[in-house]
Amino acid sequence: MNEDKVRNGNKRSLLSGPYALWIAGFTILPLIVIMKYALTDKTGAFTTANLTAIFTDPINRKALWLSLKIAVGTTLICILLSYPMVLAMKHLGLGKKGFSLFIIILPMWMNFILRVLAWQMILSNNGLLNLLLTTLGFEPVRIANTETAIMIGSVYDYLPYMMLPIFTAIMEINEDLIEAAKDLGAGGFTVFRKVIFPLSIPGLLSGFVMVFVPSMTSFVIADILGGGKLQLIGNIIEQEFTTANNWPAGSGLSVMLMLLVLISTAFTMRRKTEGRESALW
Amino acid sequence: MKRLKDFASGIYIGLIGLFLYAPILVLIILSFNNSRSRVKWRGFTFDWYVKLFANKQIKEALITTVILALASAAIAVLIGVPGALGIHAMSKRRYKVMMAFTNIPMLNADIVTGIALMLWFVHFIPLGFGSVLLAHITFNIPYVILSVMPRIQQMNISVYEATRDLGAGPVYGFFKVLLPEMMPGIISGFFMAFTMSMDDFVITYFTKGAGVNTLSTMIYGQIRKGIKPEMYALSTLIFLAVSAILLISNGISAARKAPKQNDEERI
Repeated sequence: MNEDKVRNGNKRSLLSGPYALWIAGFTILPLIVIMKYALTDKTGAFTTANLTAIFTDPINRKALWLSLKIAVGTTLICILLSYPMVLAMKHLGLGKKGFSLFIIILPMWMNFILRVLAWQMILSNNGLLNLLLTTLGFEPVRIANTETAIMIGSVYDYLPYMMLPIFTAIMEINEDLIEAAKDLGAGGFTVFRKVIFPLSIPGLLSGFVMVFVPSMTSFVIADILGGGKLQLIGNIIEQEFTTANNWPAGSGLSVMLMLLVLISTAFTMRRKTEGRESALW
Repeated sequence: MKRLKDFASGIYIGLIGLFLYAPILVLIILSFNNSRSRVKWRGFTFDWYVKLFANKQIKEALITTVILALASAAIAVLIGVPGALGIHAMSKRRYKVMMAFTNIPMLNADIVTGIALMLWFVHFIPLGFGSVLLAHITFNIPYVILSVMPRIQQMNISVYEATRDLGAGPVYGFFKVLLPEMMPGIISGFFMAFTMSMDDFVITYFTKGAGVNTLSTMIYGQIRKGIKPEMYALSTLIFLAVSAILLISNGISAARKAPKQNDEERI
């Protein structure tokens, strides 16, 4: 009986054959190829210079530092904006309705490059924000083509990816737990600190991965909102492949970026609860 | 006190809503602006919508984008669903290894995935629609697997085994027992994959080569010269269409839930 089950299991695992081939062909081999480019110089000889260039070249170092700053800032701001939003939705009883999810998801259906361009128009020196400020009698602000502008664009773009998993995690909390905490005398903040926040951590961690990685590696946002002067590591890699046409250098930076991202997200992987149905649909 | 909290919650949601929708409002307004320059309002016009339907290049890019999204999502389902069934049957160790590989394209930065695929593709196929399709399938399969897997874990394999014991063939058993159980996961996986493909810019940008354009790569190409206002018109239309579809499906699922509750009460 047991043997039979094992045999059935083995037979059923053959169903994943095509997928296993796909992984080999389009996940593993491309990574081997990019490693190979990263470890050779233009003449084809072995070198580690492409890998170390991310720290040794001052331009790369500056871009890496800015990328980290933007990524950490974006992630923190997204977390700080998401919790009050989800709690406010819960407070007003909007949590159970699909409509509030709809409000968060819908902006993602406008092309993302166009949305970033819209921010450029809003934030530019004679843009809509300054029009609004001067009409209200305030001093205009000069944030076009600054780190602040990139940060605003990046928070805007990735905020839904933080809000959705936190939303799902908090709405799944059993209401009885919160009631029990209140009955035992916990105030609003204690309930949040001792009950809601700990139970929302799986959502927070998936939000972290979904916001930190793209905000650190994007090049489009910096391209548009940084005015071409501020470069993230993504911009440098992109230029190595387009204008500079130096594939080994670009591959080396990509491999290092991949390692950095994997290291910074590795600890979340262990704790992430696997395979929830997506909140998107 | 409760009043104050209600008020504060409402205000906060309103502010975040404003932040999320301000750029979209700007784009919608620009699609009706009678001017090629993007900052100044020069009166209301439907011109860009008229010109949009005459624009062959945009039409081509739109068709490419939609076909790419449909095909890559469908193929991802065809590979991913059997893949998930197979992975589920594996020993714990092999299960973990397969799921780790499934997570690679999701965890890796798009720029790295795109470049690695491009460097690999140039060894055996010309960059074009085919290479972009392969790339999209690659990043779509994990979304399908991750949406179907919880369904498979919840379902009772004994029911399938019982139908087999009662003489049903594996194909009949699959369509009558397994498929209906997995369907919600398959549907959500398909739509996730479709959305991700429609929305992708970076991976398409690196794997497309010259000659092929999706809407995203076309818009990116226009940034330096200035975006054609027809693009604003098109994205307004897409946005409105998607809002309508989501609102209607929301309404349907709400309407479906309501009578169910009545049934339960009756019981």
